[in-house]
Amino acid sequence: MNARTQELSIGRRAFLKVSLTTGGALLLVPAFARDALAADAPAAAPANPLGVYMRIQSNNRVVIGARCPEIGQGVKTSLPMILAEELDVAWTQVDVEQLPLGVVIKPGSAPAWKWGPQGAGGSTSISTAWADLRQIGAQGRWLMRAAAAKRWSTNIEDVRTDAGFVIHRDGRRASYGELIPEAAALQLPAEPLPHKTPAEYRIVGHPQRVVDAADIVTGRARYGIDVREPGARVAVIARCPYFDGDIESFDDSAAKRVAGVRAVVVVPGPKPGESITANLATGIAVVADDTWSALKGREALTVKWRRGPHATESSATLDAQCEKLLAGKGRVVRDDGDFDAARAAAGRVVEARYRVPFVSHCPLEPQNAFVHVEKDRARVVAPVQMPGGAARAVVAVTGLPRESVQVEMTRVGGGFGRRLTADYVAEAAIVSRLTGEPIRLVWTREDDLQHDFFRPFGHHHMIAALDERGRVTGWTQRLASTSKHYRRPDVKAEDLWMPEIYPDDFPARLVPNLRLEWHDVQSGITRGSWRAPAHTANAFVVQSFIDEIARAARRDPLALRLEMLGEDREFDYEQHGGPKFSTGRLRGVLQKVADEIGWGRKLPRRRGLGLAAHFTFGGYAAHAMEVEVTREGDLRFHRVVCAVDVGQPVNPLGIEAQMEGGTIDGLSTALNLETTIEGGRVVQRGFADFPLMRMAQAPERIEVHVIPSNVSPVGCGEMGIPTAAPALTNAIFAACGVRLRNLPIREQLREAMRRS
Amino acid sequence: MTIRFTLNGEARSFEGNAEMPVLWYLRDHAQLTGTKYGCGAGQCGACTVLVDAQATRACVLPVQGLEGRSVTTIEGLGRDGLHPVQKAWIEEDVAQCGYCQAGQILAAVDLLARVPDPKSKDIEAITNLCRCGTYVRIRRAIERAARELRARKTEA
Repeated sequence: MNARTQELSIGRRAFLKVSLTTGGALLLVPAFARDALAADAPAAAPANPLGVYMRIQSNNRVVIGARCPEIGQGVKTSLPMILAEELDVAWTQVDVEQLPLGVVIKPGSAPAWKWGPQGAGGSTSISTAWADLRQIGAQGRWLMRAAAAKRWSTNIEDVRTDAGFVIHRDGRRASYGELIPEAAALQLPAEPLPHKTPAEYRIVGHPQRVVDAADIVTGRARYGIDVREPGARVAVIARCPYFDGDIESFDDSAAKRVAGVRAVVVVPGPKPGESITANLATGIAVVADDTWSALKGREALTVKWRRGPHATESSATLDAQCEKLLAGKGRVVRDDGDFDAARAAAGRVVEARYRVPFVSHCPLEPQNAFVHVEKDRARVVAPVQMPGGAARAVVAVTGLPRESVQVEMTRVGGGFGRRLTADYVAEAAIVSRLTGEPIRLVWTREDDLQHDFFRPFGHHHMIAALDERGRVTGWTQRLASTSKHYRRPDVKAEDLWMPEIYPDDFPARLVPNLRLEWHDVQSGITRGSWRAPAHTANAFVVQSFIDEIARAARRDPLALRLEMLGEDREFDYEQHGGPKFSTGRLRGVLQKVADEIGWGRKLPRRRGLGLAAHFTFGGYAAHAMEVEVTREGDLRFHRVVCAVDVGQPVNPLGIEAQMEGGTIDGLSTALNLETTIEGGRVVQRGFADFPLMRMAQAPERIEVHVIPSNVSPVGCGEMGIPTAAPALTNAIFAACGVRLRNLPIREQLREAMRRS
Repeated sequence: MTIRFTLNGEARSFEGNAEMPVLWYLRDHAQLTGTKYGCGAGQCGACTVLVDAQATRACVLPVQGLEGRSVTTIEGLGRDGLHPVQKAWIEEDVAQCGYCQAGQILAAVDLLARVPDPKSKDIEAITNLCRCGTYVRIRRAIERAARELRARKTEA
């Protein structure tokens, strides 16, 4: 197929392969491990046409492979933008295709990425791509210049590129497509090539619309749930609703009589307390010709569940457990200075308790997966955030070697962290293995709300010591929470606190005496990463508490924050999002929203301004809101302002979208959402009792300000959420004097106004 | 019993289980997967289709309810070129994950057919859920499409 293959080093990690297809297109395939190259060489061009990273066609169209899952965060647009920028093509000549999972597995060594990391989690796609895709694009551009120089027998310095063309000093032009024959025969330099300067950007930093927009608005875009493979049966599963419960007995005779039902099989779940590496719960799968028959079949099952070891657990028992734990001593995870001494010497001590509930991820596309397990291989087509994890889940339940599991990614109808785990892929694999048929598994909304890796719940006890001038001299956060890492493989009990409280978060290093303490709450509910994980809880608590301190000290909440941040400087930040945290950049977004909303201006009665700022995974975000609380306790948004600093903006339109969406997510969750527990199981079953925000409740406008910057960028999928809730509750306090410390808000505001 | 109806302009008949919700008929039998499943209880609107030009939640309407009626799904809406609402959705860059947007678009088409110059409260009467929180842009897209449709009417 290919005329020739060569390799070159890009930086220290990536190697670019150049080859020609029989159709005459130029393939530029970065391989991220020498193993990957060895596995592919010498016939480099993959059989799967999507297995191509950059394909320059003779008609000068450029196809760019999107490596990360598109869950709505916009990376199918923004990552190819980075590559196209350095390749120096016009965005209008680019087509984007989703890449499947590319890993290379050689016996005795860990699996290696073929095209670079493929995942959607922790807002890392952009920062990773900035480090590698730019260089790959620059290599492609160099290749085109060198090809033109060869054609015109001139020096490479005499030619430049411009939007998919190479242009000679003397005015001669050739399209990239025309230069393919020369380019394919070139040797690339071994040393890294220079990148463009920001002043040269024509794609990066310029708003670009979602690449799949035309497919989305016409219904052509394919999601996991839309996968239609020949011979596939539909499976739905009746899962045990009780945490760590099991099947006592069941009768499937009526289910098997439902027209279209083909099989009923038991899907074993993890044993109580055991690590969860595959599916979440034991269940009974009904396999049928179509979805409706499968659902009718499931309804016809008679199942008696054994309630398991957590049958008495409820939201009330968990609250009581937190109260008890917080009356004792927890594990101190940061202890700067001497908090006790600061408290003893304080002119004033401020104390408050907050509560943050469990919540479900609730992506609009319910969990689903197509999996076909055969004797010696398996194929997965599914909506996943971690395709590598999906492959591992299939390996875990089938015993197949990893290299025999193929994973294709569809568009994903929302992620929010839910699809970092691939429990539903494991389920489909189990059912496919048991029935021997290709299976498309579908979860209902009820399944999705009942079975999740929920955002952890916790109680926070906050204490601040203030000196006579109202400066914060001591700070303590005592958190009792259900660790997100519960039942995660390879996590030691002593490390369970790590995902709950980030020791380097604000205000560490800014208050001389600071103590952070964690208490381990026992619960049978499964937990996991929910968009901006612990930042959602901690930013709410910390940014609310700052306002409470300001109130107690009769100080302005903005002035107090600015004083605490102090002068511009950088601190080490060892948790995810580091290595540095800049007080100046946090101050920048805070000041921006304060300026935009007109902080300090006089407002009509029952209106208030609130703000909050937080550092999330390398990005800095702030919100300011102007709200009105009616006499009846109804809430109106007059203005919602947001500022974000994620370094060099890659796609400003996408960043705005993420901040708008993050704001709505933050508000929706703070106002409406809680997953509650009764009798050792989740209560919520649908949108009636898990009421996501609808348009009527949402702000009409969200003003987003993207801070200009040339600092290396980070993603922005998670930065918009953490500050939305505290800016709201701070604004509510300013409007009516009601401090809300317990989420969700729901009827609390109306009740408070009734009482007042 | 044979149920006869029109689907995206074509005559269709169905002889299976008449209780089956239109949603599953469209997705599993007609192979039109643009209509999405979100809740099965008429709460989220991801499955919104037009039945005799009215926005209808296909997950709670049995196929027998289609007898003699005409259904338009997202695939049928733009079959003679993009509808102004679809164009506005692209222009305003509404979609994030995009899963709910077919339903949102059809709800907007229905709204604009009834209310050519919608006020905020008219737009807010659309109760379709968007988990990504694209409401701000949905609003803008509806306003843009409304302007475009009114301009067309004036020209005509």
